[in-house]
Amino acid sequence: MTVALAFEIGLAALLLAIAAWTITARDAFTAVVVFVIYGLLLAIAWVDLSAVDIALTEATIGSGLTGVLLLGAAARLRTIAAPAVERPSKSLRVGAALLSAIVAVALAGVVLFLPDPAPTLAPAAAANAVATGLDNPITNVLMAFRAMDTMLEKVVLLLALIGVWSLVPDRLWDERVSVERNGPRRPTDRDDMLVFLARLLPPVGIVVGLYILLAGANNPGGAFQAGTILAAMWLLVLMAGLADPPPLSRRWLRLVLVAGPAVFLIVGLGGLWLGSAFLAYPVAFAKPLILVIECAMTLTIAATLGLLAGAPERGAER
Amino acid sequence: MSTATVFGLCAAAVVGLGLYGLIASPQPLRKVLAFNLLGGGAFLFFGVVARRGAAAGFGGDPIPQALVITGIVVAFSATALAIALLLRLFEVAGSATLSTDASGSADTDPTGA
Repeated sequence: MTVALAFEIGLAALLLAIAAWTITARDAFTAVVVFVIYGLLLAIAWVDLSAVDIALTEATIGSGLTGVLLLGAAARLRTIAAPAVERPSKSLRVGAALLSAIVAVALAGVVLFLPDPAPTLAPAAAANAVATGLDNPITNVLMAFRAMDTMLEKVVLLLALIGVWSLVPDRLWDERVSVERNGPRRPTDRDDMLVFLARLLPPVGIVVGLYILLAGANNPGGAFQAGTILAAMWLLVLMAGLADPPPLSRRWLRLVLVAGPAVFLIVGLGGLWLGSAFLAYPVAFAKPLILVIECAMTLTIAATLGLLAGAPERGAER
Repeated sequence: MSTATVFGLCAAAVVGLGLYGLIASPQPLRKVLAFNLLGGGAFLFFGVVARRGAAAGFGGDPIPQALVITGIVVAFSATALAIALLLRLFEVAGSATLSTDASGSADTDPTGA
């Protein structure tokens, strides 16, 4: 057994133990904290599987932003969660355990009996990389070969935000009410460290985010990871109380939110008009067009993720 | 045993754990958490398939890898929507439980029934 394999087995065992802890932890807050650790360990597993792009996405979105969202919810629900400890009936637990075991064993069987010369599209992706002029195969797939998926996924993000916004109580739509009621947020002494970090980190974070966006053409990185880092910096500033979340009715905010899908759609329709198909980039302009779309997408992703992770209500009620 | 097999078996077990939590956890927040755990296992499964398809100088098949990136973002959107629904339920009903009899007996407000 090589050292690398021993490390992998150890990592997999740790992942499983942490996952089990997430399910069995008594307190919801503990479970969320453990879940964040699970996400970070998963990111290490992704690096081990030679998927650095996914590792970045998992660490930033899967673990980081989801963690912020769940921690906020757990903190708000904590007050009521304690008395209402319901236990599911024993028959339900046994049934669930049986079903889960069957699914897990079936999946394990699939893993053990995967076809041996594994089917792969990697050679096709390598052969067509010339068409876009980008070296990062994953950016190629996301932005060119399967661009339709990426565009629709932006729409999904936007739909989720519309869903979240439609659940906001009416009074919070009116900016004046929230400002009169709470006043602009002022940092308290308790938050000293948070305020310090919120002043120190964003300049560094913005540079790192932009670097990851531009590096994504040829190295691991891209619009998703960059947008998430920018969103995290924004959330840090909001949480420290150095700025207020923008009122939902602002026009510039809505323009930023639709910029990504709109640019994507315009380029796509341009491909239909000038080229051969929807989202077909003219070969000579493929790289600049992809960069333009990625820049617009990064802005949209940063704004959408920031608003999804820190719903306006939480900012206004603190 | 290869890298792909180790993480493949790990993914299968994580999916099982997530599914159990999704069904057996009574609190909605824990269900959302378990759903994310399940998703992580499913993504890892994709990663294993991608790793096995390593060719043409790439460490893995880029198509499943790109699908996982899209999947992680969509899972986050779904989680955010679920949490918003949950917090709204808590705000309107004063409790965050899915059990119908628990909310019916605990809630004395006739409008909440």
